[in-house]
Amino acid sequence: MIGLRSLEDLYLDIPEDLKLRRPLNIPEGRSEAEVERLIEETLSGDLAPALHRCFLGGGVWPHYVPALVDEVLSRAEFYTAYTPYQSEVSQGMLQALYEYQSLVCDLTGMEIANSSMYDWASAAGEACRMAVRITRRRKIVALRNCGPQRLEVIRTYCTPIGVEVITAEYDLMKGCVDYAILKEKVDEDVAAIYFENPNYFGVFEELAEDVCKLAHEHGAMAIVGLDPTSLAVVKPPAEYGADIVVGEGQPLGLHLNYGGPLIGIFAARGGQKVYRQMPGRIIGETVTRDGARRCYTMVMQTREQHIRREEATSNICTNEALCAVAVAAYLTSLGSSGFRELGKRIMESSHYAAMKLGELENVVSPYYTPFFKDFVVRFLKADPKKIYVNLPRYGLVGGLPLGRDFPELSDAALFSATEVHLKSDIDLLVNAIKKELS
Amino acid sequence: MVFRQASWDEPLLIELSRKGRCGLTLPSDPELSKQVGDVLETVPKNLRRYDIRLPEVAQPQIIRHYTRLSQMNYAVDLGTYPLGSCTMKYNPKIIKRVISNARFKTIHPEEPEEYVQGLLKMLFELGTMLAEIVGLPKFSLQPAAGAQGEFTGALMIRAWLKDRGQLGTRNEILIPDTAHGTNPASAAMAGFKVVKIPSTKDGVVDIEAVKAVAGRSTAGMMMTVPNTLGLFEKNVKEVIGIIHEAGGLTYYDGANLNALLGRVRPGDIGFDIAHLNLHKTFGTPHGGGGPGAGPIFATEELGDYLPTPVLEFDGCRYRWNYDRPKSVGRVRSYFGNIGVLVGAYVYCLLLGRDGLRDTSALATLAANYLMSRLDRRYFDIQGLSNTPCKHEFVASSKASALDLAKLLLEHGVHPPTIYFPITIREAIMIEPTESESLEELDHYAKALNEAAKVAYEDPRAAADAPHSTAVARVDEVRASHPRTLKVRW
Repeated sequence: MIGLRSLEDLYLDIPEDLKLRRPLNIPEGRSEAEVERLIEETLSGDLAPALHRCFLGGGVWPHYVPALVDEVLSRAEFYTAYTPYQSEVSQGMLQALYEYQSLVCDLTGMEIANSSMYDWASAAGEACRMAVRITRRRKIVALRNCGPQRLEVIRTYCTPIGVEVITAEYDLMKGCVDYAILKEKVDEDVAAIYFENPNYFGVFEELAEDVCKLAHEHGAMAIVGLDPTSLAVVKPPAEYGADIVVGEGQPLGLHLNYGGPLIGIFAARGGQKVYRQMPGRIIGETVTRDGARRCYTMVMQTREQHIRREEATSNICTNEALCAVAVAAYLTSLGSSGFRELGKRIMESSHYAAMKLGELENVVSPYYTPFFKDFVVRFLKADPKKIYVNLPRYGLVGGLPLGRDFPELSDAALFSATEVHLKSDIDLLVNAIKKELS
Repeated sequence: MVFRQASWDEPLLIELSRKGRCGLTLPSDPELSKQVGDVLETVPKNLRRYDIRLPEVAQPQIIRHYTRLSQMNYAVDLGTYPLGSCTMKYNPKIIKRVISNARFKTIHPEEPEEYVQGLLKMLFELGTMLAEIVGLPKFSLQPAAGAQGEFTGALMIRAWLKDRGQLGTRNEILIPDTAHGTNPASAAMAGFKVVKIPSTKDGVVDIEAVKAVAGRSTAGMMMTVPNTLGLFEKNVKEVIGIIHEAGGLTYYDGANLNALLGRVRPGDIGFDIAHLNLHKTFGTPHGGGGPGAGPIFATEELGDYLPTPVLEFDGCRYRWNYDRPKSVGRVRSYFGNIGVLVGAYVYCLLLGRDGLRDTSALATLAANYLMSRLDRRYFDIQGLSNTPCKHEFVASSKASALDLAKLLLEHGVHPPTIYFPITIREAIMIEPTESESLEELDHYAKALNEAAKVAYEDPRAAADAPHSTAVARVDEVRASHPRTLKVRW
């Protein structure tokens, strides 16, 4: 019917010398059953500890994922759709994303949130670039007690456009911002100060408000990075002066999955001028043209790559929409009191773990206070690397050695505990470390 | 076929909220709580939160809320979804089962690598298979999506130029006018100036235009093959030659690889760097907008510039190599969208070398069949006559493409991409993929022609469409107008 004799005729327009003249060097196809079995066998030797045997944090954390969240994500109407370009048939995803944005705004105190970035690190990179666009300045000052991978990504995102990323040393005794040092780094060329609260060491930044004020005094913006579960106990960053908030949504309903997919939270305030510089998809409420129904659609698309091309605020197209639905379903499952309880339970577990580890001989724990979920432990007479690689023998993982990224903490490790850890789990960890130390 | 989408007047979560309701109980341990005392007192006073306002809804109502919303969302599992350049193919259900059941669900990315050798083996094999498909030996699975892959590629070009002391002088990236918007956006993000290359009236890159601008300021060129008109760039090898001759690098945008799987390898043609969209070509679900994955590939020479860390195998164990001084650095945290990567691994194993090769032919056949069924009274087909299109094609609608799209919704199918490529008037860009049956393609063709007839003959009626969807035509202008903009409850 279309005038071709064989399937090969479909490729008549391709010059012969450009065609592959051999089969691909990859295996023959297999049945579903064989593939499933192969994967199970390949993974069978891996240590996949139960969540309550995992004491690692730093950027993603072991948290319970409610069955309800997995169930919502298993709706094929959500997961086999694409970006809701046609609003009239995509109201479901649009409303779900609008709800996600609203929840992020409620938690952070911000005016606007986008419907997701890839992860915390890339969201931080985009936030710095947004501050550069708004202030038209060429420097970013970032605290060195932020996540090392996040700082790396900020550099990757800023350097090519000639933006200098300066790190400010933290207070080595307390683990938090050293205001005097920071103040020296901030001048009228600075577009933004990036800091995390709680920071990479899990420590609350008591001077958060002063840091934001410092930025504003110099005409710079304040960008705060955070683990959103901390917002169960910490006030919304808008209340202490943040202009942009970024963070990792994984603890709110996503499985660890060896670090991906994740979801970058991105929220800001400051009115239209700021909104127009936001990266990523944003969903807005509107009405049908006949005015009869409330409905939702993608808004301010003139910022985006498919319209603005090289002038776009970002190149992002595919984001982490399905993960945003998970976050919204998670937060709603908990509700106000459940979320507050989550924050309390996290702190109880982490504080119990830190306290018990601190009772061991030649261990300083917690090394820095006050802290939230992650905490630093110093081993005065043992190599933290050895403990880290030996813990799996007890069916446990934890204690990321800090020496690689923080040479001054070469005898220290980062631990984490959450609501999934009960007393017996933590006692198991403490006993394992006790054995390793003896 | 009669189509009616569910139309729930579904409240927002916050409107469903009633004080005191809750959907989840958290694990508790009274003994542990007792031992630590009131931990909330340790939060610095000036940082404490006193007020949390989240929706309070019980489980049954949450599930109903999302199930109702899902019923107001069109998806591949419901019907034909031929968005051009998005490759909305069927996602084999085994992918979802493997991802949801797999042991790596509870693995933290900082777990010592000795204990995740099985997972690393799978990732390495995936990278190796994809590298074979692309024809470029070095790979990184880190980029989270196609656009991030492009950004990474542009950064690699930058790092390569810097090594050769040419970063200041070579600052232009050539990009055809039919390219996806992400290409110029990615190049600009990496600090390059974008030079737009016009297409010929045949819809392919104008080689004379490339010759005219290629020179001492050329950093490289990004190309999509087949291009967004669904045409194989017949001069691609010559274009690559011109860029190489001028001292630049060439980048292959893998968005349209579904047309060429197992038949043409970008590396063989001479491309230096390429990315793939695993959520397009390799069967992983699009997730309503993400997550995807955009792994990136490079020649042996350019491998050193790939993001850090890269996955290596020494014949005995797999490890992440962080010691890479020439690398562009990290573009995201950890190692990539593992769930999506494993899904693509499943897809490659399922189809195997012959299945993948059949995929490209069937996708191309579907596009050509659909193209042949379009009523030429209402559509001008873009591109060369007498030449088959590849996996997608572009038609210029004689009526409003927007109205046409809204009318199509009445037929229970998803419209094509509209108003893209921007070089074509009232463009509709159709990519049916290999997943559609002959009957579904016939239904789609009929729907397109009927919709086009209405849009052409009765524009006023067309402007009222759609009526069968969850909501009628949405007021997009009001949505984005500064005075009526509303982006949160």
